[in-house]
Amino acid sequence: MEYVSPEGLRLDGRRPMEMRQIRADIGVVAKADGSALFEMGNTKVIAAVYGPREVQNRSQQLNDSALVRCEYTMANFSTGDRMRKPKGDRRSTEISLVIRQTMEACIMTHLMPRSQVPLLHLGELFLHECVVCSFLSLVSLFFQIDIFVQVLQADGGTRSACINAASLALADAGIPMRDLVTSCSAGYLNSTPLLDLNYIEDSAGGADVTLGIMPKLDKVTLLQMDAKLSVETFENVMQLAIEGCKAVATYIREVLLENTKQLEYRRGI
Amino acid sequence: MLQNKSFVKRTRGGKITKVVREHYLRHDIYCGAPICKVCDTSQARLSPTPSTILIFDTNVVLNQIDLLENPAIDDVVVLSIVLEEVKNRNLSVYNRVRALCSNSLRKFFVFSNEHHKDTYVTEMSGESKNDRNDRAIRVAAQWYQTHLAGSARILLITNDKENKRKAIEEGISAETVESYVRSLSRPDLLDLLVQPASEDVNMEEVEDLRPSKRKIIYTEHKPMSEITSGLHRGIYHQGKLRVNRYNPFEAYVGSESIGDEIIIYGRTNMNRAFDGDIVAVELLPQDQWHEEKSLALADEEDEEEDVHLVPGSADDAPRTTAQPPGSAGVTEPISSRPSGRVVGIIKRNWHSYCGSLEPMAMPAGSGGVAHALFASKDRRIPKIRIHTRQLENLLDKRIVVAVDSWDRLSRYPSGHYVRTIGQIGDRDTETEVVLIENDINTRPFSSQVLACLPPLPWSVSSEDLANSIRQDLRQLRVFSVDPPGCKDIDDALHCTSLPNGNYEVGVHIADVTNFVHSDTPLDDEASQRGTSVYLVERRIDMLPKPLTEDVCSLRADVERLAFSVIWEMTPEAEIISTRYTKSVIKSCAALSYIEAQARMDDSRLMDPLTTDLRNMNALAKIMRERRIQRGALTLASAEVKFQIDTETHDPLDIGMYQIREANQMVEEFMLAANVSVAEKILKHFPLCSLLRRHPTPTREMLEPLLRTAAAVGLNLDVSSSKALADSLDSAVADDPYFNKLIRILATRCMTQAVYFSSGDLSPPEYLHYGLAAPLYTHFTSPIRRYADVIVHRLLAASLGIQKLPTIFQDGTRLTSIADNLNYRHRNAQMASRASVELHTLIFFRKRPTDTEARIVRIRSNGFFVFVPKYGIEGPVYLTPRGEKGGGEWFVDEQQQKIRKMDGSMSYSVLQTVFIHLEIVEPQPNRPKLQLTLV
Repeated sequence: MEYVSPEGLRLDGRRPMEMRQIRADIGVVAKADGSALFEMGNTKVIAAVYGPREVQNRSQQLNDSALVRCEYTMANFSTGDRMRKPKGDRRSTEISLVIRQTMEACIMTHLMPRSQVPLLHLGELFLHECVVCSFLSLVSLFFQIDIFVQVLQADGGTRSACINAASLALADAGIPMRDLVTSCSAGYLNSTPLLDLNYIEDSAGGADVTLGIMPKLDKVTLLQMDAKLSVETFENVMQLAIEGCKAVATYIREVLLENTKQLEYRRGI
Repeated sequence: MLQNKSFVKRTRGGKITKVVREHYLRHDIYCGAPICKVCDTSQARLSPTPSTILIFDTNVVLNQIDLLENPAIDDVVVLSIVLEEVKNRNLSVYNRVRALCSNSLRKFFVFSNEHHKDTYVTEMSGESKNDRNDRAIRVAAQWYQTHLAGSARILLITNDKENKRKAIEEGISAETVESYVRSLSRPDLLDLLVQPASEDVNMEEVEDLRPSKRKIIYTEHKPMSEITSGLHRGIYHQGKLRVNRYNPFEAYVGSESIGDEIIIYGRTNMNRAFDGDIVAVELLPQDQWHEEKSLALADEEDEEEDVHLVPGSADDAPRTTAQPPGSAGVTEPISSRPSGRVVGIIKRNWHSYCGSLEPMAMPAGSGGVAHALFASKDRRIPKIRIHTRQLENLLDKRIVVAVDSWDRLSRYPSGHYVRTIGQIGDRDTETEVVLIENDINTRPFSSQVLACLPPLPWSVSSEDLANSIRQDLRQLRVFSVDPPGCKDIDDALHCTSLPNGNYEVGVHIADVTNFVHSDTPLDDEASQRGTSVYLVERRIDMLPKPLTEDVCSLRADVERLAFSVIWEMTPEAEIISTRYTKSVIKSCAALSYIEAQARMDDSRLMDPLTTDLRNMNALAKIMRERRIQRGALTLASAEVKFQIDTETHDPLDIGMYQIREANQMVEEFMLAANVSVAEKILKHFPLCSLLRRHPTPTREMLEPLLRTAAAVGLNLDVSSSKALADSLDSAVADDPYFNKLIRILATRCMTQAVYFSSGDLSPPEYLHYGLAAPLYTHFTSPIRRYADVIVHRLLAASLGIQKLPTIFQDGTRLTSIADNLNYRHRNAQMASRASVELHTLIFFRKRPTDTEARIVRIRSNGFFVFVPKYGIEGPVYLTPRGEKGGGEWFVDEQQQKIRKMDGSMSYSVLQTVFIHLEIVEPQPNRPKLQLTLV
């Protein structure tokens, strides 16, 4: 099958190095501490963050840092065939784990260990909550951060979209982070590296590299590939994915900045 | 700009789902005209000052691809919507259009109208997909018209009346193909036009005139849905139709569902299927299987009588199979084999065919359209009706014709003229025909390919010598042994005795991969060609001539780069160690087989080279002996050799190719090198090595051999290759040619050896039956076989010298390369054979000869004989053609004998007969060699 025409256009009209249109929205779930909606073309995910809050399950508590939990689900209506999917199937367990590990790498969990609560470092919302229950700091307190991501519409690259959404939601929740994590996928079809695969390209059976980076720190937090590639090709594909991640980061920063300005405006500062 | 395309589709499970896909519209799609001031013209393909820019609609591209390929049509904008539709409808046409678009000599530009912001159209409610696409084509044409603003005329070419009318209404100039071609005033182009399939309309008019003539000749093909359900329920069987080479009225369909071949007799049952078509077949009731038995075979002559069609006339009904013409036949006990009829064609295998027109009287008033019948050189193809305006030019020419359609009312398919090859009977023309029929690319190498060659004149540089991967073997006494006059020498040998009494034996192969790097145009071209093709008087190279004859060729007294396999062998030819290395060698002698043989035989010669030859020969004999012990078959084939007149290139003499000890010696070492390399590469790359295997023949395949052998009182054991080899060895009679004849028959029963990728099969299947080798590959002729080039790369990678090119990671690519190599290899063989046949015809044209022949197969009305002296096989008829029945001859299946009823005469298989060879031309333009009993 021809995924890139000799004219250099992909099936949906993009060129190999182009991403789909991305769009993000912050604060879409009022009840959550932080939330975001992220779209990459027809892939649409929503993320909500709760916490830091008290650990619900004592057996999971960590002594020296906060616990990060993540739950990835796909809405039943997110794919064409409207199949009812069992919760906690292997795929979503795996993706949940992947997202959790990626986000854990950037959240400064060591700032939220058991007893020291360095309020100064924490974000605005957290500060607010802590003031309410400040007397509790005398009691030992274990923190956990819950990230919920749900795929509303799936068209390839859900993993990346979820990470980007989670990253935005964490920022929205004011959780201290080393850097934003952004993610993008890249593949290799018809001997051409392709950025940001959509569903048809994803299911073509070629290599699919999902990359998550911390753009400011220039560090990789996630790298997955589900096929074989020669080292040189892999480097090209990965380089492309890095470019993609950076482009996402620029956009996410813009969105956050815009959001902050709005908040400032509302507060009348 | 973003658009969402949504459509509903049925999933494999049968559910209906809605699919939504993104569809981006762009600003950066350019028009491709260099004159354009707005667009980026770096990718422009159209000519700088086009007078007319053509835009074709889908149906025109689909039907008139032969016209589009003609250089007269240029400055074409191919819309992406058209390409997409063509791709969905006919992939081979799509590939041809794509080839045109990428051909730098042609001015075809692909305009991605579907992704351009101004030319994308959304489906309107109530509009069918076709109408929407037609509208998209018109919108694109209009866009071009305004975009280029009068600097060029945009012409939409469509045969759809409605589309044309709407286009003109919208202010786009539009024409039909025919009127456009007429306006070019090139009458020869008109012949390329495909007559629209809706010709039935004209037919009806004819029907009024001669109602009795208009008969439905063929039964209707079943609709696809019915075929699929029929295949499901097992009432139909699917398979590829293969027409009998000797009898175009008989075909076989190998069906997996039945596990046997279904025989199809007669054109009516074949129901318009061509050789190579994938068809659906229905079995005939069992009682009809017998009825067909009487049908021996129709001969080509049978078609003869109603050749002369009145222009425009309808065809006669074909004879039904029930009244068979007498003739050359198969004597299979047919009752046991199912016969059937074609109910539908799943996939057509139509392409273009070489042949000539049936001679016919010139229609009154030349210049008009004449209807002619085209007879393909390939006898399996039925005659094809074509319309031509240049009849007088074509009658004595070999031409290429493509098939367009075959409706149930006409006896023959209709087609159109594509091009002329040359004068009939001319040797060059006929050779060209052979090449075209076997799909052999004879085009000169393109400039991109030639650009990959090293600068000439080339010689080994100091860098090559300094390179640590390359061993300097120039001091060795290396020599080559090849057929006389061989210019592409790809192998050389050396043999030195070591102090410990052992020998060091080296096989040095031209280092082609040093010059042919992967993923270069040169490599792509070589991989497409697959192999060099050797014809009697000509060679078509896989690599450009400078590489083939100079840079790579291991000629005498020049330094050359090689890839060497070096063994240490005991005098008993046991291999002690093997090493592989790239090297620099300097051959001291390029011997011919005859010279090498003469040196070995001349006991007075004691020079070092001759000693080496003798040592090697001694080793080779032991190796050969051991190989035969293991069960390798010594098969024989009827290879012939021509002596060609240097002036006229006409064959002067013809004889069997003689095999000498020197040939066997070289062969033995090449086999050993191939086996060693196969082991090495498979060890390193168990999943992506290119190997060669020879499948074990099944019992059914060996059946004809066993029957013949039994008839002459010979008991062959075919349980294993070893057993077969032994029984072939013991098959001796008092006549010296007997054994060879049996071997030739055995060779015919074998399948072809094939290339494959080791990842596709399991190790037991790697076996090479004929050589009795568990592993085999081709390493020794990289100049003329692409497989060897791949193996060289694998070997270099396994030694860590070079990196393995990326295609080896792609299993499907590798498989498709292996398939292409097998296809090219087979075609090259067919072409050589056809070339030999052609020269045999030329040879015997002036020399009718009487000679000795052996009977190899008995048929109901004659037998096939093999002429050892010339390597010719052909039928000898006992009953004159056309005489029905041939009842006075009786075939004894058991004894493989044909006997006259009164017992006065009988012929049995392998018997020697005297025959007369002569060229006859029973059908004009189809000369053939006739064999008659003296």
